[in-house]
Amino acid sequence: MSVLSGSWTEVLYLVAAVCFILALKGLSGPKTARRGNLIGAGGAVVGLLVTFLAFDLDHIPLILLAIVVGSALAVPAARRVQMTQMPQLVALFNGVGGGAAAVVAILELAAIGAGGDATSDRGNLAAVAFTVLVGSISFSGSCVTFAKLQELMTTRPVVIPGAAPLLVGGLVFSVGIAVWLFAVGQLWLGLLLLVLGLAVGVMVVLPVGGADVPIVISLLNAFTGLTVAAGGFVLHNTLLLVAGTLVGASGTILTREMASAMGRSVGGVMFGALRGGSTAGSTAISDRPVKSVTPDDVAILLGYARKVIVVPGYGLAVAQAQHTIRELAEQLEAKGIEVAYGIHPVAGRMPGHMNVLLAEANVPYEALKEMDEINPEFKTADVVLVVGANDVVNPAAKTTPSAPIYGMPILEVADAQQVIFLKRSMRPGFAGIENELLYDPKTSLLFGDAKDSLTKVLSAVKAL
Amino acid sequence: MSGVALLAIFVLAVFVGFEVVSKVSSTLHTPLMSGANAIHGIILVGAVIVAGEAENGLELAVGLFATVLATVNLVGGFVVTDRMLEMFKGRRPAAGDPKGGAR
Repeated sequence: MSVLSGSWTEVLYLVAAVCFILALKGLSGPKTARRGNLIGAGGAVVGLLVTFLAFDLDHIPLILLAIVVGSALAVPAARRVQMTQMPQLVALFNGVGGGAAAVVAILELAAIGAGGDATSDRGNLAAVAFTVLVGSISFSGSCVTFAKLQELMTTRPVVIPGAAPLLVGGLVFSVGIAVWLFAVGQLWLGLLLLVLGLAVGVMVVLPVGGADVPIVISLLNAFTGLTVAAGGFVLHNTLLLVAGTLVGASGTILTREMASAMGRSVGGVMFGALRGGSTAGSTAISDRPVKSVTPDDVAILLGYARKVIVVPGYGLAVAQAQHTIRELAEQLEAKGIEVAYGIHPVAGRMPGHMNVLLAEANVPYEALKEMDEINPEFKTADVVLVVGANDVVNPAAKTTPSAPIYGMPILEVADAQQVIFLKRSMRPGFAGIENELLYDPKTSLLFGDAKDSLTKVLSAVKAL
Repeated sequence: MSGVALLAIFVLAVFVGFEVVSKVSSTLHTPLMSGANAIHGIILVGAVIVAGEAENGLELAVGLFATVLATVNLVGGFVVTDRMLEMFKGRRPAAGDPKGGAR
């Protein structure tokens, strides 16, 4: 027996939908972001409660059990994940959402078929076809991005021979099956479409290079949003429709902004490798001479500078060296040296990722400068300390049209008097290309784990 | 609700979605993406409905599976976003205090 009338259900769904709009609005500003997220969670609770009260549902104990199981899986993962691994967790959460939407649509298709004439509601079938196809693409695509970011597989673009025709063929075939499903509404076509979607999702993401994966996560996020919106059409559920559409639309904007922050086009990211454009580069270790220095040398360079700019990258995060770099910066500031952090928009593995990591280490917000703000300052810096970053300072982005990162705005560290790289090895960065700056006469390299190196530099600076 | 009414809602929601996230600093891209990711976890509502209306064991099992997946998306999404934003917030009072004292 349903407790709520149809009108009340719609009104309360509207309340939940408004919560989601306010959540996105809040998340767009630094001061309101956390509250926005909580409002979103509140909207989700309202929407869920209303659903339990408004529909005549069976198996409620089992459903509640499933929700408990899901929460038990998700909460510890979300609480305990290292902030460095957070991008792949978001990818995984996105994938399971898309998968859930595809499964819901399949079940609804079965229900429509059991109810007699499946073809009586064309709009419904179109929405089912869309949900199944895009939801399964989002699921398998997200699984591949997860594997890439977790480095379960190579982060370099994977292009199998004949990938482009295979992908185009797969897409055309999938759309054909979707149209057929739309025409006859049979369950087996839905299941076939599910399998095809899974295959297409893998084929779409495999050729994307590691550095571009965040853009793909964002794009798949928007896809899942649209899938959920189509699920709203299928179930005639306005909350799903509004929430899914909001995410689809805002996710599209966000994807474009991320891509432009990296100087890439979304089309280039997705299909660049298939056209054979962006696979340049090598993982080979060069044997050209570099100037390798000791922690004491670095301490002297830093200790007698007037202005130091730190450029943190993913290597800093992996080594969990956020706290050590903050200590070093404080030590230098105590000596009257000006210290700033130059944060590339895509430092780390995702736009804004580095800000999250440094915030975790209590680096003051004011010391973090965005690229446009810091670039003119490199000219006046005595020393730039590049910690575990590579691609975001690689001049190849300006000089080598064949490089995968060509066109990406970079931090102009070459303008500074001295550049010190803290690196684990001469291995190229995530994008798999060599960095000319490493061989520049003004560059010194300190090899080793970022945290070890920084700890040694820190004690050497203290001893000065 | 008729298909046309649903379509109208869809179109309006597209514009709202475009509008609310315009001009976001790159600092907030990751939390915003993560938050939007949590919001589409509301597919849980759909999963609950199909599981609750299942007519045989197989449909129920599949529906419950979808419910678990959707819960992971929804709950995990909000929790991880909150954890990210907690870090942004942590030193904000500390940064504000000295200014307050100087006034």
